[in-house]
Amino acid sequence: MSAANLVRRIGGRWGSLVSQRGFSTTPTSIIENGAAAEQGVKSLNLYSAINQALHTALDSDPRSYVFGEDVSFGGVFRCTTGLADRFGKSRVFNTPLCEQGIIGFGIGLAAMGNRAIAEIQFADYIFPAFDQIVNEAAKFRYRSGNQFNCGGLTIRAPYGAVGHGGHYHSQSPEAFFCHVPGIKVVIPRSPRQAKGLLLSCIRDPNPVVFFEPKWLYRLAVEEVPEDDYMLPLSEAEVVRQGSDITLVGWGAQLSIMEQACLDAEKEGISCELIDLKTLIPWDKETVEASVKKTGRLLISHEAPVTGGFGAEISSSIVERCFSRLEAPVSRVCGLDTPFPLVFEPFYMPTKNKILDAIKSTVDY
Amino acid sequence: MALSRIASSSSSSVLKPISAALTLRRPLSSDTTLTIETSIPFTAHNCDAPSRSVETSPSELLTFYRDMAVMRRMEIAADSLYKSKLIRGFCHLYDGQEAVAIGMEAATNKKDCIITAYRDHCTFLGRGGSLLQVFAELMGRKDGCSKGKGGSMHFYKKDAGFYGGHGIVGAQVPLGCGLAFAQKYSKDENVTFALYGDGAANQGQLFEALNISALWDLPAILVCENNHYGMGTAEWRAAKSPAYYKRGDYVPGLKVDGMDVLAVKQACKFAKEHALKNGPLILEMDTYRYHGHSMSDPGSTYRTRDEISGVRQERDPIERVKKLLVAHDIATEKELKDTEKEVRKEVDEAIAKAKESPVPQPSDLFTNVYVKGYGVEAFGADRKEVRATLP
Ligand SMILES: Cc1ncc(C[n+]2csc(CCOP(=O)(O)OP(=O)(O)O)c2C)c(N)n1
Ligand SMILES: [Mg+2]
Repeated sequence: MSAANLVRRIGGRWGSLVSQRGFSTTPTSIIENGAAAEQGVKSLNLYSAINQALHTALDSDPRSYVFGEDVSFGGVFRCTTGLADRFGKSRVFNTPLCEQGIIGFGIGLAAMGNRAIAEIQFADYIFPAFDQIVNEAAKFRYRSGNQFNCGGLTIRAPYGAVGHGGHYHSQSPEAFFCHVPGIKVVIPRSPRQAKGLLLSCIRDPNPVVFFEPKWLYRLAVEEVPEDDYMLPLSEAEVVRQGSDITLVGWGAQLSIMEQACLDAEKEGISCELIDLKTLIPWDKETVEASVKKTGRLLISHEAPVTGGFGAEISSSIVERCFSRLEAPVSRVCGLDTPFPLVFEPFYMPTKNKILDAIKSTVDY
Repeated sequence: MALSRIASSSSSSVLKPISAALTLRRPLSSDTTLTIETSIPFTAHNCDAPSRSVETSPSELLTFYRDMAVMRRMEIAADSLYKSKLIRGFCHLYDGQEAVAIGMEAATNKKDCIITAYRDHCTFLGRGGSLLQVFAELMGRKDGCSKGKGGSMHFYKKDAGFYGGHGIVGAQVPLGCGLAFAQKYSKDENVTFALYGDGAANQGQLFEALNISALWDLPAILVCENNHYGMGTAEWRAAKSPAYYKRGDYVPGLKVDGMDVLAVKQACKFAKEHALKNGPLILEMDTYRYHGHSMSDPGSTYRTRDEISGVRQERDPIERVKKLLVAHDIATEKELKDTEKEVRKEVDEAIAKAKESPVPQPSDLFTNVYVKGYGVEAFGADRKEVRATLP
């Protein structure tokens, strides 16, 4: 209940930034599903885009289900509004407060050939289900020699900072799941991306953890096609072309990085910005090609820097581009502390921290 | 549906004196023993219920009244501070449930341990925490009980055995078993009260905790504060059996009117004796939260206003004690009004003081991650420019 208002409340402060986020309305790779008939577009915020994707998913496959804590009432962030009314209580239902049970149940449901779309109320609460995801979901296909799988399982969870969420309503746990072969991790940056990527995740034959940037639920608004479309997984997108340095990020952090790129441009630095979208398995080629061009790499995420997914990107790119690098790879991330309550502004990888790092990397 | 069940347990509210002493007119000496019957009988599972006749005294009743009034006022003040944005983040209020915290304190000492979830302000106050510590913590200030680093959900008081203040639903209960094991090992005749909600009762950890506490005969009392809702979900929507006191199966249980401070006191006293002799016990406290789940939940979409006002009128824990005080001629309405005024002033003063408390130093961001001196480095932008050794 609470976080929805929380997001609305900070809306005023950040609302103006949204309109500047030029990249988000120009996706490079939309796959239209079915006939070419354009049903038109509608201006939607991120939670409504997610809601639309869930409507589409349930409508297009009678063997799909949505469940989680309070989802039949619309969920804490309103993402599941109207689903129970339209598709009935047998396909959209509330679960008790029991994350481990929710995911274990989803794995079983998916193993019978269904699409199980589970919601974990906050990414911070995914840990009671960690074992089910890591040991059951991820390895089911492998250890049964492909007899069984839970490819129909998609786990949705809101992640990230919202301004003052404190220790247990703010974390970005994506790196834990990137260490697990057998599952995919996907994070969208905007409404249009969210709808297309979520539909891809739901229909992907592998279990997927889909983290939604709750900061942007109400804040990010863009034109979203009303029809059924999917965006490809494991394809990164160059959302801004540049020649001096490559910036890689995902989710809500993309808009912060975009602002840093704009400021850097004023100082004569040309930044290339890449939205990774799928964290595993990730699109090394797109990042590699960009770094070979610019000779510099900066990665930014909200999760603590040590052991974050930025470390993996850094290491892989150094392996591939060592001789082309003109400066050490830079990481601008959350600090190595628990997510703080009163110190959130210090903790966060802010625009100014990114701008400083861009400059020191370019001047190295 | 929920309403009938919630309101019905109050129907027999017996506030009539049953002890001879009560026919006396004032002045009653403050330590006279009064015997008062609980609102309704206890319901027991696999154990013999304690007596409904609870011993108390005029001074204890007056203290109950005052302490609960402070809690009520404190939570209402926190509500306004939140609305004026002096408190940020997540904030869960306890008004309506005060009798649980107060009754539990009356049956325990500070060597007994208490551990709870995020709805922790009043439990902290009950353990002897100060209003200043509460408000300063809520506002993220240095004088807060967790130095401003925890906020509403993370109150602690080590010197009084209050192990806090936990954000992950259900996670605190197995911790309570560990506390109880340590108490049993050191043979100090103390117990742990591990509190959780009706929503939390459905977490797997609860059953793990039950089994190990019974298996090892731990002096652990699992207290289900059943306020009938877990966020917007009514208990019956989430639990096949909402008889939480029976859900321990092989662990005995007791259902208690959690709006009756004397019943809570009696039950906790009984539970402590039981746990020291026979191991764990579940106490289900039938209670009610007046506020929404947290500050952005108006609390009126999943329950009726009639339900809320019905509980306020028929079962309010403070009103119950007030009626006893007046009926037994221990205090007049006017005296109790004065107490309320004092309480209000006390709360306002604490808030004013808390507002003057400084916010923690930015360097405190790095403290308490590891033991002092055992720190590692924390890195900022580009791993070179900003860098701190965790103190
Ligand atoms: C593991 C986990 N899942 C979900 C949440 C979100 N959440 C916080 S409180 C709550 C409801 C808990 O209800 P209950 O146990 O009845 O306690 P009450 O709030 O009524 O005191 C939920 C779902 C959480 N904090 N932790
Ligand atoms: Mg509850």
